[in-house]
Order: sequence, then C-alpha cells, then structure tokens
Amino acid sequence: MSRIATRFEALAARGRKALIPYVTAGDPEPDNTVPLMHAMVQAGADVIEMGVPFSDPMADGPVIQQACERALKHHVSLRRVLEMVRAFRQDDPDTPVVLMGYLNPVEAMGYDTLAAEAAAAGVDGLLTVDLPPEESGDLAACLQGHGVDPIFLLAPTSNEARIDAICRAASGFVYYVSLKGVTGAASLDVDGVARRVEGIRRHTGLPVGVGFGIRDAATAARVSRVADAVVVGSALVQQVAAHVDDPAAGRAAVAALLGEMRQAMDSRD
Amino acid sequence: MSTESQQTPEWSAFPDARGHFGPYGGRFVSETLMEPLLELEAAYRKYLGDADFLAELDRDLAQYVGRPSPLYLAERLSRELGGARIYLKREDLNHTGAHKVNNTIGQALLAKRMGKTRIIAETGAGQHGVATATVAARLGLECVIYMGAEDIQRQSPNVYRMRLLGAEVVPVASGSRTLKDALNEAMRDWVTHVDDTFYIIGTVAGPHPYPAMVRDFQAVIGREARAQYLEATGQLPDALVACVGGGSNAIGLFHPFLDDAGVAMYGAEAAGEGIDSGHHSAPLCAGRPGVLHGNRTYLMEDADGQITETHSVSAGLDYPGVGPEHAWLKDTGRVQYVPVTDREALEGFHRLTRTEGIIPALESSHAIAQVVKLAPTLGPDQGIIVNLSGRGDKDINTVARMEGIEL
Repeated sequence: MSRIATRFEALAARGRKALIPYVTAGDPEPDNTVPLMHAMVQAGADVIEMGVPFSDPMADGPVIQQACERALKHHVSLRRVLEMVRAFRQDDPDTPVVLMGYLNPVEAMGYDTLAAEAAAAGVDGLLTVDLPPEESGDLAACLQGHGVDPIFLLAPTSNEARIDAICRAASGFVYYVSLKGVTGAASLDVDGVARRVEGIRRHTGLPVGVGFGIRDAATAARVSRVADAVVVGSALVQQVAAHVDDPAAGRAAVAALLGEMRQAMDSRD
Repeated sequence: MSTESQQTPEWSAFPDARGHFGPYGGRFVSETLMEPLLELEAAYRKYLGDADFLAELDRDLAQYVGRPSPLYLAERLSRELGGARIYLKREDLNHTGAHKVNNTIGQALLAKRMGKTRIIAETGAGQHGVATATVAARLGLECVIYMGAEDIQRQSPNVYRMRLLGAEVVPVASGSRTLKDALNEAMRDWVTHVDDTFYIIGTVAGPHPYPAMVRDFQAVIGREARAQYLEATGQLPDALVACVGGGSNAIGLFHPFLDDAGVAMYGAEAAGEGIDSGHHSAPLCAGRPGVLHGNRTYLMEDADGQITETHSVSAGLDYPGVGPEHAWLKDTGRVQYVPVTDREALEGFHRLTRTEGIIPALESSHAIAQVVKLAPTLGPDQGIIVNLSGRGDKDINTVARMEGIEL
C-alpha cells in the first residue's frame, strides 16, 4: 500500500483528520527546506505538500508568488526539489510527500524521467495545478506506473460530470479548492464547503482534502469536521516570509501555527 | 504568380474538439477555470453561427471600427526595393489605431450576450488595453486592465488613454513586470470573479477556445485582403508578411489564405539584439515546446522549464510564448518564421515613414523589415501583402530615445 493510503487509513482508525502543510521548496533558501519539513512533521503534519517553484504561478496569490521568486533566485527547480525529498527520506521513511506545481517544469524534465526519479526520491504524489484530467492521461499513466499518485483538484465550479471524471482519474486523495480564487484568498464558507464535500463523496471513496483560504486554527478545526484532510499553505508561507533573514525563526513560527491547528483539529468539542 | 488553388479541408479543420492544433494548444488551466471555459466555448460556437450576432458584429466593424480597411499599394516603397509590388493592409487606420479592436469588439459583444458585467484584459504595448477599454466604455461595462509595471513606464500615453476611457489600469509588479505577468494576473482575477467577469484575451494564445476564437474575429483581415487583392489584380498574392508576438494579426491575415497553396507566408519574430545574444522574443525561431498560459506551444524557457525573460524594442512582441496555431504552422512548414532584430525593425520604421508617409507601430515595423529583405528576391509581376497591424504614434518616444533624442 502507498504511504498516502497507509497514512489516511491509520488516521481514520484513530478518528483523526490529516493536516497537510504546504511550503514552497527552497524558500527563502535551499538549506531551509529539509529542516522545515522535519519541523512540520514534529508539529503534527501528516502529509507534506512541497511547492515546486515556477516562474509563472498563475493559480497562486502574492504570498506564494513571492515564495517562488525567492526560491528561483537560488535556482531551485524540480530536480533540486527531488534532491530535497531524497534528503528528507533519509530520516523520515513514513510521512507522505506530495509535490505541487505547474506542468512546464514537468514537461521540461520529461514525464517518464520525472515519474521514475520522483519515485526513487520518495515522492508519493504529484499535483499539477494547470493539468486538468482531459490533458493528463499520459502523465497520470507514467506516475501510476511508478507508484506515484496523480492528485487532482476539484473546484466550486466543477459540475457532477467533471467531479465524476476527476475522481476516476485520481488516486491518493482528491483536493477540493474551497473557493473561487487563488491561493491565500481571504475567507471560506465552511457550510458551503461541507455541502460540496458531501457531493464529492458520492463519487469517490478516496479521502477528500480541502484547501485555499484556511488561515487559522479555528477554521482548520471547522474544516476538519467535514473533510478528511485540511491543507494549509499561504498562512505558513507568510511565516517563512516574515523571517527571511532568520530561517530558524521562520521554522519555529511555522511549527507554532501548525501546532495550534493540530491541537484545534484534535480537540473533541 | 499564383492562381486560386483547390480548397482542401486540411487547415480549416483545426483545432480539434478539445482545442488542439496537432500537438499544440489544448486547455491547461486549474480546475476552477475549466467550466467557465467550456461555457465560453459553447457561447462562442453558438453565436458564431447566429445571424443576429454576426449582423451586429458586421455593423460595428463597419460603423465603429471603420472596416473594411484599405489594401494600399505602396508604390514608392516597391520601387525603392526594386522587386515585388508591396500592398499594405491598413489595420493602422482602424479606430484605436491597430488590429486589436477587431477582436475586442467581437468578444465584448459575446460578453454582453453572456450577461457578463465586468471586462478584464491584459496588455503589453497598451494597444489591446486601449481597444478593450474602448469597447467597454461604449457598452457601459466595468473594465480592469492588467499591465506590467515595466510596460506602464514605456507606454505611458496608452495608460492615460485607458484611464480616460474609464478603465482601471492595474500595474503588475511580479516576475518580469511585462506582458506575461499581466496575463498571469488577469487569469488570477478571472478565477476570483468568474461569475460576472469576461476575460478578453488579446492574442491567439491562452486556453481553448481563445486561440480559435481570437483567430476567427481577426480573420476579417485576411478575408478582406484576399478579396481586395483579387479585385485589384485578378490573382492571389505570392506572399504574405506579418509580425508575430502572440500572433493575432498574423493569423488574422494568414488564415483565410492557408488553403491557397501558392501563397507563401512569413511571420517576423522579434529577434531583439539578435538570436545569438539571447536577448530576444523569438520562441518559434529559438525556443522549444512547453506549456504556459493554458496552451502547449513554443516557449522561451531554460533547461528547468522556467520561463525566461524576453527582450524586444516593441512591448507588443515582448512575450515568451506564441499562439499554438503558429507552432503547428511552423512544424508543418506552411509558414516560415524569421527573426527580425530591433535594429532592422527601426530601419523598417524609418523607411516606411519616409517613403510612404505612414508611421508604423514598432511591432508592424518588424513585418516591414522582413518585406525589405523579401521584396528584392521577387519580380515586379509578383505581389506581397504585409499586415500594417498598427500605427506608430505610441512609439515615437521610444524611437526618439533609441536615437538619443529627448522629446
């Protein structure tokens, strides 16, 4: 069984929901990333989502755009992100790692090369933001051939037919984008999200993660009541950005916020 | 000398149902935009076959834009170059001064039919932004234009024109602060306001259906030029020339001639300081296929797949991608894409200005520069149509600065 499936099964057995932090690899400098991954696991992360820097992050708000720019100044691209995952794996054989990024760096590397090298580095899933299922057949096949899950987004604008098609193409988990907008957008309507997640569950037995717009422990806790996983990105990257001159302090701030979210999600009230 | 050739369905069959031109094109966007794009495609298919819509479009093109634009025989330029007869398709005479308005009129009418109340657009040189702000003012629609902070500096008169027309011009300070970043930001706005907002893309790039839709609105250029040339000469031209940034004016001229096998076509890409310098905007001449802004096409990128900074004296050509249909026309050999440097374009700018009394846009000056190379290789019984896609008033500050003159 894959690390992702194993992890979700173990969480379900304990009645817990997954906390999935997102950070941009190489932000604010390459040496920060592996220690940050370990710090997030210690603070309660169940799965780690690693942003692969891209020059034109169309689906991201200003926080992650700037993180990409900081990382690209250090020439952190897909190959270096794979090296980071490989380094992380030496001390953590269990925590699933999902890469999230855009298609062009994947195209530049070549689908089969990427799939083989990602699997060898210990990557468990790949979410390509600008690759809808209609165009994803070749890449999904390469990934699955190497035991890497293709992760897909579902959106508030997805109709029933699209939800069904996406759920059939996906493995690992599906990721519901909780609002119309870019990453880091303002607020989300938890009741509306709850209805959408129920709708998605009619199409798939895969775990359903929810992300975009989750900024604090209270929202994380409320979303965790309706979804299987809570994805937090911009709020954490903001902590990295606030401490660009002192990455250790940035790691501590990320861990502190994640710890609050973990506690709020696990408390039984 | 060419004659009208047999029509084949080969070229008009593209794109396929999912927006592919061979391996290029397609729809590479985040899931949130998929349904809005499918809705747009349905509306576009419906109204392009709707007699009322087409009648309104034709009326606006005639009475508001001033179409048909003339096909002008440039006699002095032809004589000076000593080869083929050179005809200028005068898109510079359109309302707002460039071909861009052909497309913004069409998309704005579509937006109105779809019940959208807010228009957004990206712009590089500002021509598409002005053409969008113009139609938004006329239809009473809210209008927001995204423009790279760098382009706002070098095209300030157009920024003021957009503001006069009531548009909000939003500077984009991310990335290279030029057209590609403005496009990213417009996409971000669209994904946030999909319910009431119509995104008017200015070129034949972006996700399906934009490359096909913008082409169809711009193809009026080639349809008119073909009929005008036939009427003037009784024949088809031997060659067509247009500049290619995203490629909307070029595809507009080329598309109605694609099935005319005897008509050669040349797309002039911005070679900036020269292809070898690395400072250029010529993905077809020196890039490789990849995916950006919703479609697969030729791109300027590094070995890691990061999009690289481009350079051109012309803000309207300063873009690292190109429409996917051009990528396909390159691979199939139907169109030849050739590099034209900043210096050659500037010489073309002066040559047309002095020989014909027409000041071309710096974008169109790239096409003129290609004509300067091509015309002497043809005979006096042969003819070239060059798309004079825009007028050069907006560029006089840039040209003066390049020549060390302070205005």
